[in-house]
Amino acid sequence: MIEFLTGQFVPLMFVGLFFFLIMGFPVAFSLAATGLFFGLIGMELGLFPPVLFNALPLRVFGIMQNDTLLAIPFFTIMGIVLERSRMAEDLLETIGQVFGPIRGGLGVAVILVGALLAATTGVVSAAVISMGLISLPIMLRYGYNRSIATGTITASGTLAQALPPSLVLIVLADQLGRSVGDMYAGALLPGLMLVGLYLIFIFGVAIFKPQWVPALPPEARIYNEPNGSSGHRSLVVLMGLSGAVGYVWSLFHNDLMKQWFGRTRDAAGDETFILSMMVGALFALALALTNKLFRLNLVSRLAQQVTFVLIPPLLLIFLVLGTIFLGIATPTEGGAMGALGALIMALVRGRLSFTVLKQALENSTKLSIFVMFILIGSTVFAFTFNAADGHIWVEHLFDKLPGGQIGFLVFVNILVFALGFFIDFFEIAFIVVPLLAPVAEKLDINLIWFGIIIAMNLQTSFLTPPFGFALFYLRSVAARNDYVDEVTKKPIKRVTTEQIYKGSIAFIIIQIMMVALLIWQPTLVTGQLEAPVEVDADAVRDQLMNMGGSGDDGWGNDNPWGDEPAAEGDAASEAAPASDPAKALDDALRRAGD
Amino acid sequence: MKILLLFSRAVDAINGAIGKLMMWFILAATLISAGNAISRYVFSKSSNAFLEIQWYLFGAVFLLGGGYAFLRNAHVRIDVVSSRLSARMRNWIDVIGIVVFLLPLCYMMAKMGWPVFERAWQGGEMSSNAGGLIRWPAYLLIPVGFILLGLQGLSELIKRLNFLLAGGPDPLDHTGPSETEMLAKDIAQSEKAAKVASTGGQAS
Repeated sequence: MIEFLTGQFVPLMFVGLFFFLIMGFPVAFSLAATGLFFGLIGMELGLFPPVLFNALPLRVFGIMQNDTLLAIPFFTIMGIVLERSRMAEDLLETIGQVFGPIRGGLGVAVILVGALLAATTGVVSAAVISMGLISLPIMLRYGYNRSIATGTITASGTLAQALPPSLVLIVLADQLGRSVGDMYAGALLPGLMLVGLYLIFIFGVAIFKPQWVPALPPEARIYNEPNGSSGHRSLVVLMGLSGAVGYVWSLFHNDLMKQWFGRTRDAAGDETFILSMMVGALFALALALTNKLFRLNLVSRLAQQVTFVLIPPLLLIFLVLGTIFLGIATPTEGGAMGALGALIMALVRGRLSFTVLKQALENSTKLSIFVMFILIGSTVFAFTFNAADGHIWVEHLFDKLPGGQIGFLVFVNILVFALGFFIDFFEIAFIVVPLLAPVAEKLDINLIWFGIIIAMNLQTSFLTPPFGFALFYLRSVAARNDYVDEVTKKPIKRVTTEQIYKGSIAFIIIQIMMVALLIWQPTLVTGQLEAPVEVDADAVRDQLMNMGGSGDDGWGNDNPWGDEPAAEGDAASEAAPASDPAKALDDALRRAGD
Repeated sequence: MKILLLFSRAVDAINGAIGKLMMWFILAATLISAGNAISRYVFSKSSNAFLEIQWYLFGAVFLLGGGYAFLRNAHVRIDVVSSRLSARMRNWIDVIGIVVFLLPLCYMMAKMGWPVFERAWQGGEMSSNAGGLIRWPAYLLIPVGFILLGLQGLSELIKRLNFLLAGGPDPLDHTGPSETEMLAKDIAQSEKAAKVASTGGQAS
């Protein structure tokens, strides 16, 4: 008996953990309990010294000092406040009007808004619920295929997991021992590519099954001009102009900065890029405001509206990601600035009541506590696990696995995908990832690459029935009974749970394709980290040109299919300047450390 | 049982109040963090005390709030299996879990954490960073936090036993709307209010 216990100590620990978890006792306590229980057994058996747990308080103290995870409450506050400030609603309504008149346009709008929300909040529930409440009724009203509609909404909502500044990336960076800044930089291109794949899917449906994704009929357009035109032309012109202004700024940015601040070194590529975008956006805002104040009627209502709703999220993105990539702030401080920015924005728009503030704080308090307690629990577990040489046992498990790096990654992804059906990403990140990270490192796998692959994979766990959270969120807001549409007065059938499940399948497949692509092409992630520090001005200029082509014309282009190649080129050129932020952040941290 | 339930209610009240206080700690940490980043960039001034107070506050939030989260049943559970068990079964599992695992864990952490605090208190240990903070408050959080969690464990134990043995209300019963549903309702309401306001605005 004792021999069996000592010989099979690590596997028995896993069995014990599995047993405690499945009983439904809180995860944090189950982890700690397993660690404690087996630790005591091990002491009895003479496997461990009796002082095994003596360092535990100091380890908890170490968790307290963890600056990275401090970002969790900040980003949660930001997400909840934004969700109450109606930013999502404004965006959906306006961008829906921009793309609505084309086939598949509503779907495109949902994906783009999902991506914008993802880049600001990082909270899945908010995005899915808002889109489910606002876009789903519109999509059903005009005859969208139900599964396409629900699938697009749930999948776009989960983008918050993959695009920076997501909580998953913070937790993974912490568990893998890498900087959050690197993680964000690495996740940017894959995240944008995923958005691209979603869009391509909608375009495909629009081409092959046009009846599934009909265009908005003319009477559903609300920002029409007095003369009956839609105002898209004016929007294209406005976006083109601000793109041009941003481009011109990028040419002179470096010299201006040198003159104003008297600095000698050249401006970094990403700094130029972000400030130029900012100048362009502010130019558009100035034009729209002038037009509104003096009733010039030079800018159409649609263009005006687009400018006004896009400014808040763009500002927040600059505030959070901009400060992180520029190296002004650590990711934690970026989160704090984002939370502060969201609070101020909500206050200015008169949407910050005391109740909203309290709700945001209460939710983020509860979330932080349970996440940190899982970490404490897994620390206790790790104490015993490492004392029993569990990490070596895990490593040996992979000895027999064929295929080296690729074999390991494929196996890990299947494992994580399967676990994602039952457990939440926090548990996977705190329990499974620390077990796998040392093996990955031994196999010479870049841990940022590894982390991004896991993050992409974990995103699917939000979509997989029956426990995918995004599906739950949409279910809670989609119509459970047949109803009469308030605009068309036509009866609309209820949304069934099967339709929601079915809708997620196509997007799960896209997700798996993306994970496979990342495994196949590590440079998609690492290319952004290792590229040379000096970014030449031409690359930046090229990129700005590309941005002007896809980002700006895209808003008003009547033919979105024309955008596809541009979007890809844009994504590819992103790699060059994005390489810098990692370094910039390092510098910043060094500066901060001085 | 009556005295026990009274004790349980008292613990719930204490941890509930602490949870409410912790909310403001999070807000304070947010403002300090953002303020520190801004002041470092704008005035080139930053202080280690301000950096450290952030994690003191956050440490206080999650250590002292452990009991509060248990009170609100906010510690996540994997309910794939347990959701199919009977209410009595689920409560028994919690009873065993609390008695066999949670209470010993809290006892151990509090017992081991206390000397660490004592040493820092007597020696007046300071942060090694220039301008850093005195250390004992941070060390004190560990034993106090686990004592609070242990107390909450006792309170939850009493509530479950009251249900199992004395026919009291089921503490794990959540018949009310879930958090997501409440959130959805809130958003829908604000959406409706905004719509009314905007149509009113356009008409004028």
